[in-house]
Amino acid sequence: MAILEILTYPDPRLKTQSLPVTTFDDTLRARLADLADTLNAGPGGVGIAAPQVGWFERVVIVDVSVKPKLKHHGRLVLINPEITAWEGYAVAREGCLSVPDYTGNVIRAKTIELSAQNELGEVQQYSISDYEARAVQHELDHLDGLLFIDRLVSRRHDLFRRKVYATTQTSA
Amino acid sequence: MQNWFMLTLVGQDQLGIVARVSTALYEGGCNLGEASMSRLGGNFTMMLMVNTVLDRDALTALLEPVAETLQLHVHLDRIEGRLHTHPQPDLRISVYGADRAGIVACVTRDLAAAGFTVLDLTSDVGGTPDKPFYLMQIEGAATQGLPAVDAALKRLQQNYGHEIEVSYVPIETLVM
Repeated sequence: MAILEILTYPDPRLKTQSLPVTTFDDTLRARLADLADTLNAGPGGVGIAAPQVGWFERVVIVDVSVKPKLKHHGRLVLINPEITAWEGYAVAREGCLSVPDYTGNVIRAKTIELSAQNELGEVQQYSISDYEARAVQHELDHLDGLLFIDRLVSRRHDLFRRKVYATTQTSA
Repeated sequence: MQNWFMLTLVGQDQLGIVARVSTALYEGGCNLGEASMSRLGGNFTMMLMVNTVLDRDALTALLEPVAETLQLHVHLDRIEGRLHTHPQPDLRISVYGADRAGIVACVTRDLAAAGFTVLDLTSDVGGTPDKPFYLMQIEGAATQGLPAVDAALKRLQQNYGHEIEVSYVPIETLVM
């Protein structure tokens, strides 16, 4: 068991594109155990992606079961995950272990279909919704070097402003 | 010694205010912290944390040329500045209704009594000049728990009927 150091922004390594996992062996499973320990050690974290601990392979763990009243699949170990379908959207506030002392509103799909391998390399299909879907999308972004601060929506004007039909005069 | 100042700046909106003010501060060796800047009723307004070795007089002198050129009102307050201490909002409250005097006062007074602390408030007047409506969005923290705030907002809604519409959504922050 090991609790790994979590990289925090502005560490440039967080912008790394991670590579697919090709070997499903005991070494992988030992690293997964360390990743899980690191997630458990944090206060109230619901997910962790391997690149957050400097492991640049396409591996994430999501577990929203710690939060009360959320629909969930328990602990999800997702290796080489791919989102195959999206539906709906929602705005909610996110924070990240790698972005301390900042939270912001992010738009995510409400429901996703997901294909991923487990720690044995078996392909699994998932249908995931709401907060669990948000957590999965947040973690998958890490695999492509994206942080939630890449996707912030305006604080002042929440989401979509009404389309302006008339020409208006503005400055600055 | 480094000092924190809160710089408040107001002027008729025009192109380049932020660029010219921030350039003057940068060239004068100042460092900027948290800021809120917005166009309000045709004016451009800035509230800006400035960290500097300068004292008030030197900072005023540094800003004077820009302020004079752009016709800006500048106000400086020495503050106890602290970064990296963001409290988390747990509630977003929305209030709107036909514009009339006292909406903000009534709502915020009742919220304060219920232990709700405001972290961010934006408001605007929409509609047309003859039929204006007022909109307010507040993010904050329910320091005495959600039931107290919920009761206060229900009372407000009851007292005002459909003169104003009050609603709230919890802000659940997922840390991942």
